[in-house]
Amino acid sequence: MHEVWTYFTVHHSEIMGWLWTTVWLAGVPLVVGLLLALPIGWVASRYHWTYPPITSIAGLLYTIPSLVLFLVIPGILGTGILSPLNVAVALTGYTIALLVRTVADGLDSVSSDTMSAAAAMGYTGRQRLVAVQLPLAVPVIGAGLRVAAVSNVSLVSVASVIGVLQLGQLFVVGYDYNALAPTFLGLVLFVLLALAFDLVILGIVRVLTPWQRAVGRP
Amino acid sequence: MIRFESVTKRFGDGTVAVDDLSLEAPSGKITIFVGPSGCGKTTSLRMINRMLEPTSGRILLDDQDTASMDPATLRRGIGYVIQHAGLFPHRTIVDNVATVPMLLGEDKKKSRARAMELLERVGLDLKLAKRYPAQLSGGQQQRVGVARALAADPPVMLMDEPFSAVDPVVREQLQNEFLRLQGELGKTIAFVTHDIDEAIKLGDKVAVMRVGGRLAQFAEPAELLSRPSDAFVAGFVGRDRGYRALGFASAGGSLSTSEEDVARLGDDLRRANDMAQDGWTLVVDDKDQPQGWLALGGLSGSALDGTVTPDLLNLGGTLAGQDGTLREALDAALSSPSGRGVIVDSDGRFVGTVTPGEVLEHIESRAAGIRRNTLASAKGQRAHA
Amino acid sequence: MSVLADGAGLPGLSHVITWFNDPSNWWGSSGLLIRIREHLLYALIILLIAIVIALPLGLFVGHTGRGVVVVVGLANGLRAIPTLGLVIYLYLWLSTKITTTFAVPWLVDRGALASFVSVMIALVLLALPPILTSTYAGVQNVDPAARDAASGMGMTGAQVVRKVELPCALPLIMSGIRSAALQVIATVTVAAYLPFLGGLGRYIKDGAGDLNNTQTGYPAMVAAGLTVAILAVVVDALFNLLQRALVSPGLTGRIKRDSRRTTVDRIDAPAEANLISA
Repeated sequence: MHEVWTYFTVHHSEIMGWLWTTVWLAGVPLVVGLLLALPIGWVASRYHWTYPPITSIAGLLYTIPSLVLFLVIPGILGTGILSPLNVAVALTGYTIALLVRTVADGLDSVSSDTMSAAAAMGYTGRQRLVAVQLPLAVPVIGAGLRVAAVSNVSLVSVASVIGVLQLGQLFVVGYDYNALAPTFLGLVLFVLLALAFDLVILGIVRVLTPWQRAVGRP
Repeated sequence: MIRFESVTKRFGDGTVAVDDLSLEAPSGKITIFVGPSGCGKTTSLRMINRMLEPTSGRILLDDQDTASMDPATLRRGIGYVIQHAGLFPHRTIVDNVATVPMLLGEDKKKSRARAMELLERVGLDLKLAKRYPAQLSGGQQQRVGVARALAADPPVMLMDEPFSAVDPVVREQLQNEFLRLQGELGKTIAFVTHDIDEAIKLGDKVAVMRVGGRLAQFAEPAELLSRPSDAFVAGFVGRDRGYRALGFASAGGSLSTSEEDVARLGDDLRRANDMAQDGWTLVVDDKDQPQGWLALGGLSGSALDGTVTPDLLNLGGTLAGQDGTLREALDAALSSPSGRGVIVDSDGRFVGTVTPGEVLEHIESRAAGIRRNTLASAKGQRAHA
Repeated sequence: MSVLADGAGLPGLSHVITWFNDPSNWWGSSGLLIRIREHLLYALIILLIAIVIALPLGLFVGHTGRGVVVVVGLANGLRAIPTLGLVIYLYLWLSTKITTTFAVPWLVDRGALASFVSVMIALVLLALPPILTSTYAGVQNVDPAARDAASGMGMTGAQVVRKVELPCALPLIMSGIRSAALQVIATVTVAAYLPFLGGLGRYIKDGAGDLNNTQTGYPAMVAAGLTVAILAVVVDALFNLLQRALVSPGLTGRIKRDSRRTTVDRIDAPAEANLISA
């Protein structure tokens, strides 16, 4: 434990740099992916015939290993193979793939009674979506977002296999120098980072859904 | 016979679901447990096959203490039907029914043959046998549930709100078929419902339970209606019970009917009009089955050219069976547009008509007889004491 | 092939086709076919071990309702651990303990045991959560009325699990195993990070050191990556067939039914993705 701390203090600035890269690489795709998944998921929920093809394509995207995307994207985008942009683009793709289904299911999960009541009160279609359906779908979408966040954080480390610099570099260093301390530190930081993402999303969901706390869910 | 001896069930959180219940459900009869939600009726039922264990007291099946039997063995000998049928979604209908015989060690072929026999017996279209539960309607699923419970030919059946989840029309159909089936099979049945009308219709004996798991009254349906033991039972049995009690009083030939000239479909309108009493003529078909009332009072001249057709008939008015109940007879009389209730025989052929006054007169003279008997027996009891 | 322009001086993707067209890259003791065999063999062993652990545990938790918090917490915690880091950590630790030169033909070369065990442990831990949670959730989702009827008709606890809960939960269990399989196939590539181990990751690890080599550099890496993707798609398809063979039509929504859309129609979606890897 002492060694781990020592390692951290000595390589402090380098590690913090990698940490921020990791936060950025995991976080930005999450936000962009969500913004893109919302309209696509809405289409899948609004026009039910589009649900099977959209979710099938999303499912197919999953079966492509992340490493393959990290390798192929530079060939297509013309970015360098070590560019973090490849990782960001790949993770955005995964986030969309995962969230499209969640958004569609979340919007569908709002009871038709509620939607009919909203229509009867005179909400227009767009008002119903924004003021009623979307807020009520937040818990489901939030749950999907948490899964995507944890997986994004974890996936960033895969990029170390090809050499993109981020926190996963601690594993590479540990292996190259046959040292447990940086490896262990890496594991801890990744888990903490995943936890932090999880808590932030959880907090946002709670703020957005005060009615769920009112019922006193455990 | 199922006997409860001072059975109490207290749950872990301290709530008493069943409190000192003692009663005996007779063999070959339907015993209904009825009461508001939280009265412990389902808990009582589930203690019979030991899905729940009593906290104290005993439950005996034909004088054998159920606590001394292996639960799984005990349950295999008791048919069990629940509200949502609980069919196994991954098995076809016939295999659902064949489950219990196979659990009892019967081979697949015999079990399936038995299953088909039972499906036919509960009135299910055998084309559905190879389907899966999800492809059946709620009513059909419930029939399968009953067939499955009957599969091992158990002497005892437990039924937990089996007809509650289907619509009223299907429910009535299922209830009637259930009574017909029980007429053939004569099982010892414990049946839970929250619907007092269902309890009165189906039960040979009815146990009314109140919240807190206490038995309020255990009696035959007619007695429940005529002599509720306390205000709770009276309230639970509800309004109109004097009228509903007529449902247990057979008209049984004792009700005299008046003859009536009837017209037939296709008869000349003028001829039908000549027959009318108070402006109304009853129309029957060629099998003598009543079709409706014809009212030609306001018409004359050329308006009466033509013949009696179904679209001219007033269909208001129910029919009462000659051997039906006084309730049916009174209803037929009250609902008839002509003021004359139509009585038919068991084949649906017209027998005669009764007026509400005639039915009421009959009811009153019958009630007077019952009152005399009650007074006599009350005197007798007091003399004994 | 002009679309596949050379990015930042890398050999273009057209070299990947050239690489695939060269028979010498397919055959031989370190050829593509051997690597595929190693890759699939590792994945299969990992998956089997994970199933043997997670299936009974998930059934137990689902049936009894005991230990739910522990299992769900464990599954979520395991997901947050990056597999690459865990593999390296386990190796650094085990390589000092395991010094035997024990070998298994086709699987473990002489001296590779520490590497092999590290990869096995780390990837089994990766494969556990999806199987565990889907089994548990599958059992939980079984219609309570069916379960009640099962014990009401006299099935023992074990019979209820075997005859009702397991078959009814099978669509979800299968989708959990499938997503575990896809994750494992994608992630076994990290095995190559350790000495003496093969699998398709070998090309990627080795190629990263000499990217511009048109034979063993970037083109070989992409070729190996594409092969992994193809394996994933094939395995996915196999699982679809397996699911059709094993799961009762009464559960899949393949049967004709009323236009009701029920949850069973949606079960065989890839649960939570294979992307929670490494």
